[in-house]
Amino acid sequence: MKIVVCIKQVPDTKGGVKFNPDGTLDRAAMMTIMNPDDKAGLEAALRLKDQYGAEVTVITMGLPKAEDVLREAMAMGADKGILVTDRVLGGADTWATSQTLAGAIRNLEYDLIITGRQAIDGDTAQVGPQISEHLGIPVISYAQKIEIDGDSVIVERQYDDRYHVLKAKMPCLITALAELNAPRYMTPGGIFDAFDAELTVWGRANLVDVEDSNLGLKGSPTQIAKASDKVRKGQGEKINKDVTESVDYIVGKLKDRHVI
Amino acid sequence: MNLEEYKGVYVFAQQVDNVLNSIAFELIGKGKDLAEALGAEVTAVLVGSDVKNLADELAEYGADKVIVVDDPELKEYRTEPYAHALASVIKEFKPEIFLVGATAIGRDLGPRVSARIHTGLTADCTQLEIGDFPINPIPGKEQKHNQLLMTRPAFGGNTIATIACPDFRPQMATVRPGVMQKRAKVAGAKANVIEFNPGFTPDNKYVEILKVVKAVSDTVDIMDAKILVSGGRGVGSAENFKILDDLAAVLGATVSCSRAVVDAGWKPKDLQVGQTGKTVRPNVYFAIGISGAIQHLAGMEESDIIIAINKDESAPIFDVADYGIVGDLNKIVPALTEKLKAELAAK
Repeated sequence: MKIVVCIKQVPDTKGGVKFNPDGTLDRAAMMTIMNPDDKAGLEAALRLKDQYGAEVTVITMGLPKAEDVLREAMAMGADKGILVTDRVLGGADTWATSQTLAGAIRNLEYDLIITGRQAIDGDTAQVGPQISEHLGIPVISYAQKIEIDGDSVIVERQYDDRYHVLKAKMPCLITALAELNAPRYMTPGGIFDAFDAELTVWGRANLVDVEDSNLGLKGSPTQIAKASDKVRKGQGEKINKDVTESVDYIVGKLKDRHVI
Repeated sequence: MNLEEYKGVYVFAQQVDNVLNSIAFELIGKGKDLAEALGAEVTAVLVGSDVKNLADELAEYGADKVIVVDDPELKEYRTEPYAHALASVIKEFKPEIFLVGATAIGRDLGPRVSARIHTGLTADCTQLEIGDFPINPIPGKEQKHNQLLMTRPAFGGNTIATIACPDFRPQMATVRPGVMQKRAKVAGAKANVIEFNPGFTPDNKYVEILKVVKAVSDTVDIMDAKILVSGGRGVGSAENFKILDDLAAVLGATVSCSRAVVDAGWKPKDLQVGQTGKTVRPNVYFAIGISGAIQHLAGMEESDIIIAINKDESAPIFDVADYGIVGDLNKIVPALTEKLKAELAAK
């Protein structure tokens, strides 16, 4: 079985967020991590590899320094890493990003494609389903459990008040929730090997069946009109007193505000 | 693409088990505002099996027109037949704006549809308005009028971005549940109902549903609650939520929780407040043992009154709390429950 896992290097949003003058994210200026949902997707792929045997290829689109997340993935146990990087791909929205990744994946053989549900920078949850649409394969998003059954995959798919157990013929794309599993650590040997491992680097010329007009900022239907820091509700009062005083304080406030 | 051909505001009227989701009415409500600014109508797109009877309810909340796509293949939600239904409606009727709820269904369906028809999709919008793009004129660049300006939080809620889709139609957005206002229900209102079936032929993209497992829940939807008693990791265990249940019972409140609690398996997902859970805006929000990760704040900071109880004085929840109490929740919460019982009994 061949599994392709799409991963993204994202700014650690716990740190600060910085912008370019055109409103796009200044990724070069921020600390980065492997997106948590993608890491869960990678872990799911590695478990399938442990259980059924599989070749796991990780692919990322980004700046050259995104190779860090590929090496991290290989230190965890991925077999191959592909970096898709090119100046003309910059500023892409989810449409252009999914076109790019689909164009790259068309070079590969795959039974299963796994992406994270969403990235913590954009939080859109769009790129996985859009890749599946471009490739003409089924998508099962929000996977909370994945099993293989012959030429099919059986997935528990989470909704608000229920889950569906779904069966899809492979090839199929699955988007993974961070809750799916606890990702393994890199092994010391894995880190050593990953440091030396040869990565594949692809550019625009390697993308299959993609028009220039669908790439990068120019190929993005959505455009940023404005970006700004969020104005938060200010801090109110804070007390640090004993239990009785604390309780009297809350009850007093509930009365003042006509809650009780 | 001739943009002028695209007219009207369309909303996806999500139903599950032949019950309309509240988001359908919220989208109609917002859709009416947008349609009034454009001099257009609001059309609800109702997709399912034997769902025609729901059209009147959509009219009562303000839909001018209802397009019903009714087919046995659409009985339970599945990505492919639903995506085919919406993409076919868009190709046939050419809406200018298409809104979908940012629910677990809408966030799956929206991207698949937008990719099929080649347009932009802005996720999880919290504000929608009609305006100019670029917002301020830029020399040498055409300023387009009557554009949908879609505002959303990004980067974990640290920033707010406003997005436009000037060159493609429809302008598509998923909209966060609980943010837009429904219009008052007009009993007996009727809409112009159009039945449309593009034909459904299963192919490789259809998945098979082996089983539907419904979470057993007899609780109120946390989005409808006036008072929420919300617990976080600091509560310590599933059993210890008992002290929150007791407080909620006295106040007629509903219990909700943070993501950490769902991840730990103490509470089901439908009680989760936050960016990947639900957005709530109750009159009173008790944050008990919740540190206040930015993703949690994004889901509750619009609450009228926020009362936080946490032993960690530096917890970020105190940055948004109206009233912050530093202390041991295991002592304060039961004492508060007793005190409130006495107060309410005396009334």
